[in-house]
Amino acid sequence: MKHLPMILKNVWRNKRRTILTVLSIGVSLCLLGVLLAIYHAFYFSDPTPEQALRLVTRNSISLARPMPQAYRDKIMRVPGVREIAIEDWFGGQYIDDKAEHQFARFATDPDKIFIVRPEMKLPDEQKAAFMKERSACIIGRPIADKQKLKLGDKITLKGDIYPGALELTVRGIFESEQNADLLYFNRTYLEEGLAERRRGNAGIFLILAKTVEDVPRIEKAVDEEFRNSPTQTKTESESAFSLSFVSFLGNIKAFLLIVCAAVMFTILLVSANTIAMSVRERVREVGVLKVLGFTRGVILGIILTEAVIVSLIGGVLGVFLASMLTGVVRNMPAFLDQLRHLSLTPSVALLCLAIAGIIGLVSAFIPAFQASRIPILEALRSSD
Amino acid sequence: MAVPLSYNLRNLVVRKTTTLMAALGIALTVAVLLAMLSLVNGLKTSLQSTGNPLQVMVLRKGSTAELTSSVSRQDFQVLKFKPGIARDKAGQPEASLEMVSVINLASVDAPDGINVNLRGLSPIGIELRGLKLIAGRWFTEGRREVVVGQSIAKRFPSARMGGKLRFGRGDWDVVGVMSGGQSAVNSEILGDLNQVSADFDRSEFLSSALLRATDDVAADALVKNIAADQRLNADPLLETAYYEKQTSSAAPIQFLGTFIALIMAVGSSFAATNTMYAAIARRSKEIGTLRVLGFSQGSILLSFFVESVMLAGLGGLIGCLLVLPLNGFTTGIGNFSTFSETSFSLTVSPMIMLSGVLFAMMLGAIGGFFPARAAAKKEILVALRSV
Repeated sequence: MKHLPMILKNVWRNKRRTILTVLSIGVSLCLLGVLLAIYHAFYFSDPTPEQALRLVTRNSISLARPMPQAYRDKIMRVPGVREIAIEDWFGGQYIDDKAEHQFARFATDPDKIFIVRPEMKLPDEQKAAFMKERSACIIGRPIADKQKLKLGDKITLKGDIYPGALELTVRGIFESEQNADLLYFNRTYLEEGLAERRRGNAGIFLILAKTVEDVPRIEKAVDEEFRNSPTQTKTESESAFSLSFVSFLGNIKAFLLIVCAAVMFTILLVSANTIAMSVRERVREVGVLKVLGFTRGVILGIILTEAVIVSLIGGVLGVFLASMLTGVVRNMPAFLDQLRHLSLTPSVALLCLAIAGIIGLVSAFIPAFQASRIPILEALRSSD
Repeated sequence: MAVPLSYNLRNLVVRKTTTLMAALGIALTVAVLLAMLSLVNGLKTSLQSTGNPLQVMVLRKGSTAELTSSVSRQDFQVLKFKPGIARDKAGQPEASLEMVSVINLASVDAPDGINVNLRGLSPIGIELRGLKLIAGRWFTEGRREVVVGQSIAKRFPSARMGGKLRFGRGDWDVVGVMSGGQSAVNSEILGDLNQVSADFDRSEFLSSALLRATDDVAADALVKNIAADQRLNADPLLETAYYEKQTSSAAPIQFLGTFIALIMAVGSSFAATNTMYAAIARRSKEIGTLRVLGFSQGSILLSFFVESVMLAGLGGLIGCLLVLPLNGFTTGIGNFSTFSETSFSLTVSPMIMLSGVLFAMMLGAIGGFFPARAAAKKEILVALRSV
């Protein structure tokens, strides 16, 4: 510790190099931080209290195939089930196919959806209007802002999965901590417009459990119930269900891990290179230190500490940049729900700093070790 | 007069550890970029080589994908006899009515299962796509048999030759493996139209129709004719256009990959700058000597600049070597318009490698400019005196 002032002086002796190294490590670690935050958000984040109580039942063959609506009554009888809302993916087009007009559209049960999704907040009179009027719809606040829609506006949705077009009236605008980039309208209204053979189908059943403990039991019981039916189901927790969209994009887990490894290795190289360069310039100094009585161990320690300090400064910068960048990702039109709340959690930030420190240590070891072993005379004679 | 290139080359060789470390840092950046580019390239190659410009795909009006479309047998009778459709040897119109659905299969990557496209079609549909059998035999009409695309056979253990798949109303035997060149059909499972549609309760309402026109003028005319036919309520489009639209499913990966490569690029160009500054500091004397010999400031600037670009170019080459093993690696990506997985092979094309090397050289140029300028501005006497 008493060598700290000298170590700090050494860190700052070649300002340009230290700044460049810190920037380089900082930028790379920022990327690592964001990737780890995404990884954390996908695979380790805790569901919100509302999510923890919900399950999704879909057709076991594919989400794109419906199930008989009559399954609802059977699922209601499974112990622990409090309420069920059906959600049918309507798809379709609003105005045109352009990206700015894209948002999710679901047909649902107006009397059930607010029970199952209590995180949706809107005034009671708007809820009542949505339940009363067949052709009413409610939209999330982000859609209202982006599409400049207000209460009472008419919306036309052109069907693609479903035939024809739907005329809807905005009767409510809801706020939600979760994905609010969506529109809900009345299932009954949708069914009315369908041919006889296409009625009576449900896209997914969104199940609300009474307690968290009921969730795993319901998961098994529902699929067991329909095991011998022509249409089998797959039931999973809401967070597992949304993760299946992530895996649909490809093998994201492997992708993230490989890129993280590549980034870490790059930082290692950068740091090792810098330390090697600075040690090479200082061979004579090391000789002087040895003459003054510094032991090999102390010299090794001094150089290692210097490397760790530089990479830790880079780490702090990286964490700072990463926390800003996660903010940017959060406000992007995220295609994945999990990214909507992306943030650099303290655990991820600490992990980044630890990685920075370890990388500094590992990268400096070989150059530091070599420097500490140079014979005094040779070191003093060195002119470089 | 320019400083000879061999001077820079030898310098890189003399400082081989530093050179290699800086180059490796750039190599990794380039490798990440190239891996992403070859992924996107593979997907695009697969989708763009699917479809024949002479063929017209007919969907229900408003549908953007076969999966959400529906074409009735009645409509098909009308479509079949439209003008401009080619005839086969027996004089039958070359038109195929098809049913598309998705089924869930467990894959190596996703034990929970991934959606793959299932297509029910008749022999004419196989002929229109020019599919070739690479193992086993074709399915027999009226039997619960399927033939799988070669990517499917590779990626899904349960869909190998002789295996059984469970969907619809029971088990289906995998009796053959087919290849559609590089096209997206490789990630489909094919079965007999009548048998498949019966299993999915869609005997009357199928998904789409594929028509072969006699020539490209006829193909365009056919599209216009069908679009104008009020009885049909159908959306016709060229088969090539249909698949072209799906390339957008590569967008998320493309975005993420570019983003990562750019950030890594910033980091590694700082590192390149550092390496070059160190090189220049150590070679002060040399620079002074070069100046005394009569090399101008400009040629010294150029020389160090070139050295940095060479260093980075070396990194680019190493990066290419790193991704080369990925060439031909088969993977799958979710396709949100077919709601199923499209399998394809990563393609590391010469163009991609070239762009990787150029990208690396650009990093070297950015990273090397300031150090090179610093080298050129050194005072001769100070440079010569330095130890």
